[in-house]
Amino acid sequence: MTRFILPLIALGALAFLPGFVSEYGLGLLIGVVTYVTLASGWALFSGQTHYISLATAAFYGVGAYSVAVLNEALPYGLVLLCAGLIGAVMALIVGLSTLRLQGVYFVIFSFGLAELVRQLITWYEVNVTGTLGRYIFVDVTARGIYWQMLALGAATIALTAWMQRARIGMALRVIGDDEAVAAHSGINLARAKLVAFVLSAVILTLAGAITSPRYVYVEPAIVFNPTVSFLAVIMALLGGANRLWGPALGAVPLFLAFEWLSIHFPDTYPIFLGLLFIGVVFILPDGVLAGIDKLRARSKGKGTS
Amino acid sequence: MSFLKIQNAVKQFGGLRAVDDVTFSLQRGETVGLLGPNGSGKTTLINLVSGALPATSGVVSLDGLRLTGLRRDKIARAGVARTFQLVRILPSLTLTENVKIAAVFGRNAHWGTAADQVAQDALAKVGLLDRAKLPASELTYIDQKRLELARALAAEPDVLLLDEWLAGLNPTELAEGVALIRQLQGGGLTILMVEHIIDAVRALCPRVVVMNSGKLIADGPTDGVLSDPAVVAAYLGEETDA
Repeated sequence: MTRFILPLIALGALAFLPGFVSEYGLGLLIGVVTYVTLASGWALFSGQTHYISLATAAFYGVGAYSVAVLNEALPYGLVLLCAGLIGAVMALIVGLSTLRLQGVYFVIFSFGLAELVRQLITWYEVNVTGTLGRYIFVDVTARGIYWQMLALGAATIALTAWMQRARIGMALRVIGDDEAVAAHSGINLARAKLVAFVLSAVILTLAGAITSPRYVYVEPAIVFNPTVSFLAVIMALLGGANRLWGPALGAVPLFLAFEWLSIHFPDTYPIFLGLLFIGVVFILPDGVLAGIDKLRARSKGKGTS
Repeated sequence: MSFLKIQNAVKQFGGLRAVDDVTFSLQRGETVGLLGPNGSGKTTLINLVSGALPATSGVVSLDGLRLTGLRRDKIARAGVARTFQLVRILPSLTLTENVKIAAVFGRNAHWGTAADQVAQDALAKVGLLDRAKLPASELTYIDQKRLELARALAAEPDVLLLDEWLAGLNPTELAEGVALIRQLQGGGLTILMVEHIIDAVRALCPRVVVMNSGKLIADGPTDGVLSDPAVVAAYLGEETDA
């Protein structure tokens, strides 16, 4: 029962938090929850299957741009719905054509996808609409954004928890270990990967859509920022990409650390980003949670011997 | 009435005909050895049956159902299970999970306690039940092979394809392995096994088929085929008169 109760209590407490923090604090909270959602949403597909996607920024950017384009034409709820649908359709098309690629080919393709979408939108805006930037005026407060993102993040973790216990989660883990075994055991590879990829993409797109009013002004270079893709990966890896709480655990300290670094070392902070990337991969390749498990197993082994 | 039917199977890799117009069939419940020197196309043929490779031409069918052209997972769910020449286990999963997946995603789509039960039974059959909770990466080579067999059995298949499942075992392990396969016979399971160890073939297979350079060169009772001059020549090279 504690499995459900503790997270629900934490969620309730987090929902009341905006009443106790400053405007700046609320901004930090939104950032933290956004990256918890991005890292968890990324891990929903990539954490289990080991298909390392660098397309997070592509979906995040499409979400933000969907709001920028539609926010004057449709009510806000419908705008979010449309953004989610656009993300799903894009993931379906991309997934059908590329989930056959394995290893580094998929990584490179996914990275290229973000760039491709950004260039396409830039081309369209310059040549068809004749304007590059767009303004987002939506009647939503910072608190509103926080609550929406909190709900999306909670839904993402709940969905991950459910999937880990369901057939789809089992299929994804087998795919992550050995696709040939998966196929010969009766797993429909294409379907399992596509379902997870689309779910993950919808979450990432919605995260971009929900957070977009914070930008007020968007243009492709702002919302299709590859750093978003890299951060989602490194956060999930730091905590443990195949664990339920791993991505969240990695996202909170890293977001706060980057926030602090970007304030105090605005010019040199990408260097820290790079160092951290290397450090995580070298020291904790399976994430903090797996590292703790290993330490625990070791001390247990010492105790009995 | 033949159960697993391979008709005029051809697999072409560029200029190489790895499987060249091979035709034979297995009765339900039969165990047949698939022999041949290295590179004769045995594993390729297994791959055509299990769907790992698409056939260039020809038809494989199981009890009237055409397997050729089906996806690997569909062939698996039709009742064909296999092991791999180079052992393939799932290192990050436990033994139970390694085996359970075949029960969950196989033809009977077990779930929950039923799937656990099938996995347990399969692990018990190969003698790994006491280590069910270990990660598969901690197993020795022979135990990895057992695990692979347990996974194949958990699919509750009609046809079992064993690709050199006995290779690389020491004499004691080999005796255990042979005993294990013998246990599986007689339960209606149809077994096609690629094997190089002649003693094991004699012990397990009443009938063998032999391939050489992609072609089927013999098909019949084991003793007769193994003394067939064409088969001996394929293994030892042609005798030339001086």
